[in-house]
Amino acid sequence: MSASLSVEGLEVTYRARGRDQRVLRDVSFTIPAGGAYGLVGESGSGKSTLALAALDVLPRAGQITAGRVRIGGEDLRGLDGAALRRLRARQVSMVFQDPARALNPTLTIGRQMAEVYEVLGLPRAEGETRAASMLGRVRIAAPQRVMASYPHQLSGGQQQRVLIAMALAKEPELLVLDEPTTGLDATVEAEVLDLITSLRDELGTALFLISHNLRIVGRMCERVGVLYAGTLVEDGPSETLFANPRHPYTRGLLRCLPEAGRRKENGRLETIPGFPPPPDRRIVGCVFAERCLLADAHCRAVAPPPRDFGGHVALCHHAERVPDLARATADAWTAPPVPPAHLPPLLETRDLSKTYRDGGVAVRALSDVSLALGSAETLGLVGESGSGKTTLARLLVGLAEPDAGGAIRLDGAPLEARARGRSVAARKALQIVFQNPDSALNRAHTVRHLIGRVLGRLEGLTGKTRERRLTELLAAVRLEKRHLGQRPRQLSGGLKQRVAIARAFAGDPRIVICDEPTSALDVSVQAAILNLLVDLQHERRASYVFISHDLGVVRYLADRIAVLYLGRLMEYGPTEEIFRGPHHPYTEALLSAVPTLGAGRERIRLEGEIPSPVAPPPGCVFHTRCPRKLGAVCEREEPKLDLSGEHAIRCHIPRAALPRSRDGQMRAPLARNDVPTL
Amino acid sequence: MSAEQSVSAVRPLAETKQEVLEDSQAPTRWEVLRRSGTFWAGGGIVGFWALAALLGPRLVPWDPYATDLLHELAPPSAAHWFGTDQLGRDIFSRVIVGSRDILTIAPLATLLGTFAGATLGLAGGYLGGLFDIILGRIIEVLVSLPLIIVALLVLVALGPSSVTVVIVIGLVFAPVIARTVRAAVLGERALDYVAAAELRGENALAIMFVEILPNVMGPVLVETTARLGYAIFTVASLSFLGFGIQPPSPDWGLTIAENYGVIAGGYWWAVAFDAAATASLVVGVNLLADGLYGALAA
Repeated sequence: MSASLSVEGLEVTYRARGRDQRVLRDVSFTIPAGGAYGLVGESGSGKSTLALAALDVLPRAGQITAGRVRIGGEDLRGLDGAALRRLRARQVSMVFQDPARALNPTLTIGRQMAEVYEVLGLPRAEGETRAASMLGRVRIAAPQRVMASYPHQLSGGQQQRVLIAMALAKEPELLVLDEPTTGLDATVEAEVLDLITSLRDELGTALFLISHNLRIVGRMCERVGVLYAGTLVEDGPSETLFANPRHPYTRGLLRCLPEAGRRKENGRLETIPGFPPPPDRRIVGCVFAERCLLADAHCRAVAPPPRDFGGHVALCHHAERVPDLARATADAWTAPPVPPAHLPPLLETRDLSKTYRDGGVAVRALSDVSLALGSAETLGLVGESGSGKTTLARLLVGLAEPDAGGAIRLDGAPLEARARGRSVAARKALQIVFQNPDSALNRAHTVRHLIGRVLGRLEGLTGKTRERRLTELLAAVRLEKRHLGQRPRQLSGGLKQRVAIARAFAGDPRIVICDEPTSALDVSVQAAILNLLVDLQHERRASYVFISHDLGVVRYLADRIAVLYLGRLMEYGPTEEIFRGPHHPYTEALLSAVPTLGAGRERIRLEGEIPSPVAPPPGCVFHTRCPRKLGAVCEREEPKLDLSGEHAIRCHIPRAALPRSRDGQMRAPLARNDVPTL
Repeated sequence: MSAEQSVSAVRPLAETKQEVLEDSQAPTRWEVLRRSGTFWAGGGIVGFWALAALLGPRLVPWDPYATDLLHELAPPSAAHWFGTDQLGRDIFSRVIVGSRDILTIAPLATLLGTFAGATLGLAGGYLGGLFDIILGRIIEVLVSLPLIIVALLVLVALGPSSVTVVIVIGLVFAPVIARTVRAAVLGERALDYVAAAELRGENALAIMFVEILPNVMGPVLVETTARLGYAIFTVASLSFLGFGIQPPSPDWGLTIAENYGVIAGGYWWAVAFDAAATASLVVGVNLLADGLYGALAA
């Protein structure tokens, strides 16, 4: 039986503004029939281009300039338009990153699904019955209702399941998934990945999974390729590649992840210094040489040939030295971490609620949240979309007004609700780093203006003193003087986030709210930003409220964690206790949803969708999805959160009964958990 | 010092290249504009008339005001390239110099409309609330009124003068520009940089003009250029009707009004060149607007 996808010496060139940019360089790999191949790489590495080239659907500016792609043994070069269309209609499917954009907003789901069958030559009526049964197979509870819906009426998870159903409808030999779960919440992501795994087992479809998330690829695929600057630098079986990488880049990427259990007290995160080469640069030697600690003159002069370590191929002259590769970033902190002082809290919220009015409907985004934050302490806020994380951040800095009855106290004194009404000292004390630097930095202004303006407004600085402080801040966030005259679009994502952090620290804040500051960044850049945040905390004794959906990051950074669900505080306590347990059933599910490279943790499935905050379920808001629901009491009565102790859990199950026995009924074994611990 | 810092200090070149690359992925707006034939054609026409207005009186072969009753309505010839009018004045000289008034009044009116409209649009979009609702309704009412009739009513009431024409056209244009600016501001207002400005205590005026305005200049520029075309058209119409530019100006609309009676006698040149001049200026301005819009959409 021939391979379902084979790529040989593929080179793709984009022509932009009269210049050729080589986006893929001599890429070769094979996916056997029914196999699963994962492709990892950071943004700009050429991952998506490879997916598009594999289906021969490159944009007009892109062209395959060398090499060949075969699907099911058939060379795409030899096919004319009609044959290509036939192949795409029957043998390959693709699922894109953003399901909302991949569905046609003006057609019902049923109509769009039936189209897939019509292309295959089935009559319309039969197409619709087959569509309904396919939706059932992707675990959509009410297929008829979903068929009659328009895309915007479905949640992101449902949309992605519909797309997977459409992709699998023709029972393809090959399914290409380009970042299929990137926009989804952790529990939904875990569910979609489970679904893909089980459907793959049922249908025997080969998978080509593209992701920036090493853990997902490690969990889903038998074989993994690592793409860097358009070059497949390493290609091998998942187990050996993750356990024993043979390319310095792979090694660096794996070390950038905050590993399980690592905390800021244990040391810094590893980073990969430097930047990938631009695609229009002519590269003579190894593509990674510029950023590699092992690189020597030979590496810069001669491109490394593929070196085979028993089916595990790496493009590195020094592959045998990779296991002993030194860290690029010093492990120890220059200033030792300050343990948070357990003095009276710096910032406190008492019964904070927020109700938005949306066309006459009241939406309770946040409900009676009481938290405390000490000096130089980091509070992690964890929860899925709609949990109220961002609403809480906006209330704290004064961008929104809380409902009557709630209060925010700074040093024990109540704060004005709106930033406008707060004193300069209070405004200086509380600053925020937004999630997306593209939105948070005014693109019309230079870095000098962006940071200088804050120094002027909050510190009243002008002239020479302002300039001196500006230089200090720049150095603190590891930017250089030449960045001062640049505008945001001239900076990379990581540099932009550094400017945003410098701006937040310009007024010498006591508390900085970080709203998912690294979620838009690549892992290597994320590690550098997290190191920077800890450095700044040491130097300036700032406290953080750190919002994230990435539990690994929160565990690394936070001293205490608050878990939010539908605007309610479900669990609150010191980080290690939150991770050690006993957990709230929701926290337990969140923890188990994180794909790990380590030995498999058993997964807890959450049924159904996150309820809408417009009509939260009565009683305990989590009862609709709770795998450990006791019964009527959960539907009737909201459990109390006892904040008197260190570790509070909002659940009817008594504390002593919360820890589970090792073989609880609801546990589902991981489909692929054979990736050894790093 | 972190290793990361030291490495970036050693290799500033790689980083710089990366940064240059990021904004070189797609052609910049300025490059689209530079390669736009539409923009250059429009710019050429408008530039020609602007030069004519600036230097016209020094370049023209005849005094545009000098009457010559012996050569009334002479057809185009080597001496009078566009012929002469009913008073024997040289039409070529009058067409060239006739660009002066309209090219003063129309841009001033457009600038006034842009300034007033942009301010209202910024305020409505940024402040929102009741102010925005009321502003929105007023804009809808004003936009639904036919421009020329409003202008005529005001001019009849106040008496025709160039200043009144500028003010009337400016005020009639303001709501249209306000609507465009408001839509652009609503998009910007949702971005976090506005929230960041509020958090450092900027007042509303600074947020509107320092933070938001530079980011909505694109649509403002396109709308202003398109409005300039309408303004030229409106000034010419008002002059034709006798409420705009007053005699003895060689203005095009006024000249057409004074001479259209003789077309029936076969003296087409008395109005044809002024009409063509008006049309070419409006077309030129619209080409400019199209070119700008194309660059903005890139």
